[in-house]
Amino acid sequence: MLKEYQTVSSISGPLMMVEMVDRAKYGHIVDIELGDGSIRHGQILQVENDKVLVQVFEGTRGIDISKSTVRFLARPLELAVSPDILGRVFTGLGEPKDDGPALLADKRIDVNGSPINPYGRDYPNEFIQTGISTIDGLNPLVRGQKLPIFSGAGLPHDNITAQLARQATVLGKGEEFAVVFAAMGITFEAAQFFINDLQNTGAIEQAVMFVNLANDPAIERIATPRFALTAAEYLAFELDMHVLVILNDMTNYCEALREISAARKEVPGRRGYPGYLYTDLATIYERAGRIKGKKGSITMVPVLTMPEDDKTHPVPDLTGYITEGQIILSRSLHRKAVSPPVDVLPSLSRLKDKGIGEGKTREDHADLYNQLYAAYSRGKEVEELATIMGEAALSEEDKKYMAFAKLFESKYVCQGYYENRTIEQTLDLGWELLSMFDNVELKRIDIELIEKYMPRFRKNKTEEAK
Amino acid sequence: MSEKKQGSIVKVAGPVVVAEGMMGARMYDVVRVGKLSLIGEIVELHGDLASIQVYEETVGIGPGEPVIDTQEPLSVELGPGLIESIYDGIQRPLESLYKVEGEFMSRGTTLPGLNREKKWHFKPVVENGTKVGPGDIVGEVKETTLLMHKIMVPAGVKGTIQKITEGDYTVVDKIGVVVAEDGGKTELQLMQKWPVRNARNVKRRLGPDKILVTGQRVIDTFFPIAKGGTACVPGPFGTGKTVVQHQLAKWVDADIVVYVGCGERGNEMTDVLTEFPELKDPHSGEPLMKRSILIANTSNMPVAAREASVYTGITIAEYFRDMGLSVALMADSTSRWAEAMREISTRLEEMPAEEGYPAYLSARIASFYERAGRVECEGSPEREGTLSTIGAVSPPGGDLSDSVVQATLHVVKVFWSLQGRLAYQRHFPAIDWLTSYSFYKEYQKGCFEDKERGQDMERLSIEAMGLLEQESELLEIVRLVGAESLSPADRLSLETSRSIREDYLHQNAFHKVDTYTSMDKQYEMLKTILHFHKQALAAIDASVETADIFKLEVREKVVRAKYIPQEDMGQIAQIRDTIDEQMKKLQGSAA
Repeated sequence: MLKEYQTVSSISGPLMMVEMVDRAKYGHIVDIELGDGSIRHGQILQVENDKVLVQVFEGTRGIDISKSTVRFLARPLELAVSPDILGRVFTGLGEPKDDGPALLADKRIDVNGSPINPYGRDYPNEFIQTGISTIDGLNPLVRGQKLPIFSGAGLPHDNITAQLARQATVLGKGEEFAVVFAAMGITFEAAQFFINDLQNTGAIEQAVMFVNLANDPAIERIATPRFALTAAEYLAFELDMHVLVILNDMTNYCEALREISAARKEVPGRRGYPGYLYTDLATIYERAGRIKGKKGSITMVPVLTMPEDDKTHPVPDLTGYITEGQIILSRSLHRKAVSPPVDVLPSLSRLKDKGIGEGKTREDHADLYNQLYAAYSRGKEVEELATIMGEAALSEEDKKYMAFAKLFESKYVCQGYYENRTIEQTLDLGWELLSMFDNVELKRIDIELIEKYMPRFRKNKTEEAK
Repeated sequence: MSEKKQGSIVKVAGPVVVAEGMMGARMYDVVRVGKLSLIGEIVELHGDLASIQVYEETVGIGPGEPVIDTQEPLSVELGPGLIESIYDGIQRPLESLYKVEGEFMSRGTTLPGLNREKKWHFKPVVENGTKVGPGDIVGEVKETTLLMHKIMVPAGVKGTIQKITEGDYTVVDKIGVVVAEDGGKTELQLMQKWPVRNARNVKRRLGPDKILVTGQRVIDTFFPIAKGGTACVPGPFGTGKTVVQHQLAKWVDADIVVYVGCGERGNEMTDVLTEFPELKDPHSGEPLMKRSILIANTSNMPVAAREASVYTGITIAEYFRDMGLSVALMADSTSRWAEAMREISTRLEEMPAEEGYPAYLSARIASFYERAGRVECEGSPEREGTLSTIGAVSPPGGDLSDSVVQATLHVVKVFWSLQGRLAYQRHFPAIDWLTSYSFYKEYQKGCFEDKERGQDMERLSIEAMGLLEQESELLEIVRLVGAESLSPADRLSLETSRSIREDYLHQNAFHKVDTYTSMDKQYEMLKTILHFHKQALAAIDASVETADIFKLEVREKVVRAKYIPQEDMGQIAQIRDTIDEQMKKLQGSAA
């Protein structure tokens, strides 16, 4: 028997207070029936004696105190799942949104999930080839990793996520792959771009979408990534699929969270975001991973737009502390029409060392990216120096590094959104660029590797063979 | 046992639950909350209302459900079986939980911290009839190939020992009895309990006297930490805090390592779990796991348990220190711990101080680090134990004026400052040599067997630091007027400091040889780099062109000295002879 109450006592912002409620449970959900018969959904944020504080996902506009009926459903927020969710589009609250048939649920899963026991985790170490040199060569992505894209307004993160969804494969394996896409407060255009791209490649059949657009209720966004990850967990750990989850855009999610926090009159942390933002984000990001004894995996690529391109803004800052690295987009590269405009120096993949090397990519991979980084970093420094003192004041060596940096950006970084490079191509390209330096300058590379892979030595070898 | 007190829930707000009918409960008593029997701790009392921080997710809990007071403070179990374990923040064994509940953590499951079934062979070292007091060692258990676990008399127990016998026991079996003067009897077990929020007793505290060798060149040479010392590693994300912590956990010269993953990534703990059993301790040749204990309360696990995790870790570390061992504790990251405090404090509606952190933040941080130290352990035989604490700090945006960083810097004696700038250049460990500091430098020379070598190392490290300092000044000039204007000697200084940075301070944690450098090898390497500098200076005086010096073939050998294995260390000294030869040749041709 579900309990119904008509005892709403106050409404403010997205929050509603219901009184004289018998034994409500924290975290459970409610249906709110308005005077006109329409239904809204809410979740219990706090219970104190018989008073219950509810956050209303669709917003409180039009709700009145006297005519609304609140029904306590005595269960947490749940997603109905079955293998048929593939290829479907849902709202931000997990209701089917497309024209497809009604879903017959195999079961309902609590969207909050449970933390994975650290002992039960399996370490992510399978290299994913994305076909993008700046990722594969310098910041390799591995299965089970969470690697966000730090973007900014006006930067082409949508193109990159689409490219990732299109190209990402694990070398030499034909396994089941799925994409889960959660849109939080992005525009119709951005969402449509992604959907169209998937449709064109046929990948849409292997995708599940949860869409909360910019004009959909903001509070709903708090639930959207949780629905998406619940679907991903189901696909990965029950149906043995390798799932790529794209969350776009986490900044909007955090803003919704801030709205609730402000409405509850909580002590704000930095920039008005609640003090528990870190913990809250962690409950989302940490759901990526691999589990011992399970075939599937969840790899996560959250996208966030940094306000004013500021990396120290709380959203990118806290994200960076939880995720295993970050891919940062650069406005100046974008202006120079370098695409994808990945800012190589501050980008990082923390799990790279476990996913590369002999047997995974190639033995020279680690030394090679260290050297490319060091050389590019020096080149950029020299470039800065040159803007102050003019190129004439540079030493010969410095000029060489500057030339390297330019070449690196135009050849290695810039590849467009439709070129799919294999890892060998990416690595060989790196060697080709480094061939302008003498061995003694390549301090980060083992001398044996230089002799084996450097084009000038390889040429010698082929000549000798002749 | 008295009847357990029972109250009922009136309010649930996230991890904080308020219960009524709790009159008589004490602060920091552990309680079981709701029908699921979640574990919680009382953090506030108002009349018969108690505020409870709950260590598990509270979804589905509501008013009216029972709260039972266990009347015990949050404690850990100490005894054989700790080594090689992985626990959550309140010492629940994650491996056993995984076997019971599967890969996802469910709620309300309690398992004892120590295995109750496993039998250990106990060998007494005292005879029946011996008078014993708290901390006295009464026997031993060979726990792992690396550790002889000493069984000590628990605090507050004193008297004559009886019925102590050698044999195989579980941790809760009776191994003997202590009869007090008034006739009261206390049974001894292999296991004892200790409340985590209290520091364990010691006889006397001592100052540091030795450094803790870590095998990390920038740390050991310039900013060493003492055995019993405290250090902090602050830095923005991506600068390698965790890699530094992992490197220390791997290579540090300690008998026991306790690694607390506090509110950090799950995959990092998995990394430790998969890697440590495979890595060999350079001192003993045994797998590193045989001296390690892990506490993993990852960021998505309940926040209140995260608050408790550092205390759980340090209490276990103190217990091993009390056996007369050298223990190192790594806490990654103390910022997450502070945030957990802040979150609980906010839910309790306490008045916040800076950035929403509670006013008691700095006091809590200080008292945590103060639990480190070199001590004379309680009880007999006389023994000395050390506990060194290394905390990572993750300041928002890398801003060192953050409250947690500042509160930490007030107490710690070593500061390893990680810089984003260095990390972008892939200079790892990204410890900034100009802003970091250590108060333990004077003990460095003590770690060489050869006294002269110790003195020499001190001189070398001062000279190297001087060059690095000079480099930062010279670079200012270069930035203004270009490198051409520098004198040959200055140009050489720049080149040598670059060599110190790139060939010495830069250390690849993932290279099998480079990951660990013994003190002797550090000495040889630094000596070689500075030897080159000295010889080059002499050559410049003999009017050799700097460009010719920089082109010498031997420089490549200097660059690659770090990859020379420990066994072949003689080769590094040979490089110095080659330097002499090649320099002589240069001077000859110049003259």
